Amino acid sequence: MSRPFTPKVLTANDLLRGDVVWLTEAGDWTRDMARAELIEDEAHAQIRLIEAEAQNDRVVGAYLAEARAGARGPEPVHFREAFRSRGPSNYFHGKQAESDHV
Amino acid sequence: MYDYTDFDDAFLRARVAQFRAQVERRISGALTEEEFRPLRLMNGLYLQLHAYMLRVAIPYGSLDGAKMRQLADIAERWDKGYGHFTTRQNIQFNWPELRDVPDMLAALADVSMHAIQTSGNTIRNVTADHFAGAAADEIEDPRPYAELIRQWSTDHPEFQFLPRKFKIAITGSPNDRAVTRAHDIGLRMVRKDGATGFEVIVGGGLGRTPLIGPVLRDFLPVADLLPYLEAIVATYNLLGRRDNKYKARIKITVQENGIDTVRALVEQDFAARRAAFSGADQVLLAEIRARFRRPEFVTAPTDAFEAAYQADPVFRSWADTNLAAHAAPGYAIATVSLKAHGATPGDATARQMRVLADLAEAFGHDELRVSHEQNIVLPHVHKSHLPALHARLREAGLATANIGLISDIIACPGMDYCALATARSIPIAQQIATRFEELKLEHEIGPLKLKISGCINACGHHHVGHIGILGLDRAGVENYQITLGGDATETAEIGTRTGPGFPADEIVPAVERLILAYLSSREGPEESFLMAYRRLGMAPFKEALYGEGRQRDAA
Repeated sequence: MSRPFTPKVLTANDLLRGDVVWLTEAGDWTRDMARAELIEDEAHAQIRLIEAEAQNDRVVGAYLAEARAGARGPEPVHFREAFRSRGPSNYFHGKQAESDHV
Repeated sequence: MYDYTDFDDAFLRARVAQFRAQVERRISGALTEEEFRPLRLMNGLYLQLHAYMLRVAIPYGSLDGAKMRQLADIAERWDKGYGHFTTRQNIQFNWPELRDVPDMLAALADVSMHAIQTSGNTIRNVTADHFAGAAADEIEDPRPYAELIRQWSTDHPEFQFLPRKFKIAITGSPNDRAVTRAHDIGLRMVRKDGATGFEVIVGGGLGRTPLIGPVLRDFLPVADLLPYLEAIVATYNLLGRRDNKYKARIKITVQENGIDTVRALVEQDFAARRAAFSGADQVLLAEIRARFRRPEFVTAPTDAFEAAYQADPVFRSWADTNLAAHAAPGYAIATVSLKAHGATPGDATARQMRVLADLAEAFGHDELRVSHEQNIVLPHVHKSHLPALHARLREAGLATANIGLISDIIACPGMDYCALATARSIPIAQQIATRFEELKLEHEIGPLKLKISGCINACGHHHVGHIGILGLDRAGVENYQITLGGDATETAEIGTRTGPGFPADEIVPAVERLILAYLSSREGPEESFLMAYRRLGMAPFKEALYGEGRQRDAA
């Protein structure tokens, strides 16, 4: 019945800056999607989501987003997530303009 | 221009202090996001795709140089040096940080501005004809009524938790430039037996279920405005659906119950409310009227205008497209395009905002308007000043001569910014404008309203564009549907879908084919795209989009 689980990353927006963050394997938040944890197990994904939702004072709107393994790390599957990882297309603003990927 | 009273100012200061405390409590963890969200939305603060977004009300689109300059300062100090003017005559800042927002609101309060009720299920910023108080065709300036509605609806205790958001538009002219037929309530000033009143339209709207609003009352005396509006919103508050967000707008209430039932309920409620109104609203209206000072128009020769018009083809082209008839002799309404070819529709840099503020003060009786078409209007310019105005606009990159033409595109922020969007709008608008600039065709094409939305919510008004484009997500790819024959004016119509949508790299060629089909089949330059569509119907345009050899383009 249920479809097979596809890999995910756990993502949210930072409470103070409002920008996109991803959860790392160590449980920290990163502004570089390539450093995010690629979650390949459904039960683990659910635990990560509960953990993220508990960090109410750090992030807003946590959810699991489709991702695939890439050369540097996880990469977006859907174009919405690609835009979130990059920034708007009309100006060189947002993630694409930030070199401090840590 | 309406100047705030001490009461207005104290109210704004109190709201800023309240929100500052709410932000502190959110950051400290005392408030959860679920608790904080409705509080921030009441103050215009959204969380979007890449950042927070602060939506600032520009009531009925009117502002002066000082306000515009403050918006520029805010853009530079707390944002990325620009602002985005919207289809609801608001301005949005796309990059504020949470901690800074109370300071931004305080800076707005310094110039009698705010972000109250720019979100949430409340009565939103009242929009108006952007030529209000200046247009040659106007019966009466609608802005004192709009201000009365703003004061009445702000923090109105009965209407803070409506089934859904509620938008009111008002025009004082028979030529509807305020899209009154696609609002929850539309007010069109009319004359009857020598008295002025309003035709009241209810239950129009775009979005998921686009509807042209029916007339609820064909003549409402101006003195009955507030009790009647209150009766409509109160009726909706009780009758409107709260079980389904997509059926919660008043247009669905009207559709499901019928206009006659709604009218009977409103009239019943109105009788009681009318009796309860003591006349304080009319006293307030008189005070508001006195605060809308009409500029001291001068009588002066217009020779400088005529000379420049004859001598300078660039000025002539701008004057032909960007000027509109003013009620006062020797004056013109000048629209400043925020649609330079290839630029983001509705965006202005802080520098451009300051130039507009300077020009309003120097040449425009210190008045500016934001249009729902995402341009800036200088409503009162004496014709003798137009050549100098145009020269200053050129220096600031603000002299694009394209008002009402194909590159004067309405586009919502789309998926470049908006969390609700299903596809991008801005790059499509940029590409269409750039393409028709390359073809040097837009002046030959003539009047054409092209409107783009990046999702079904239709902030880009695509349903009422002569050509409408709707961006959707089709199986993980951006896809763009076309509608034709929409009309936002007093002859309002919802456009008709042409057929299957087009992928992002095919939408611009598709629009080009539509335009070429129009040019080859129109009876002459005096027959606009919309007129040709109404005469010819869908067939030739469908053929241009999907006909032989075109199937492979369509998704």
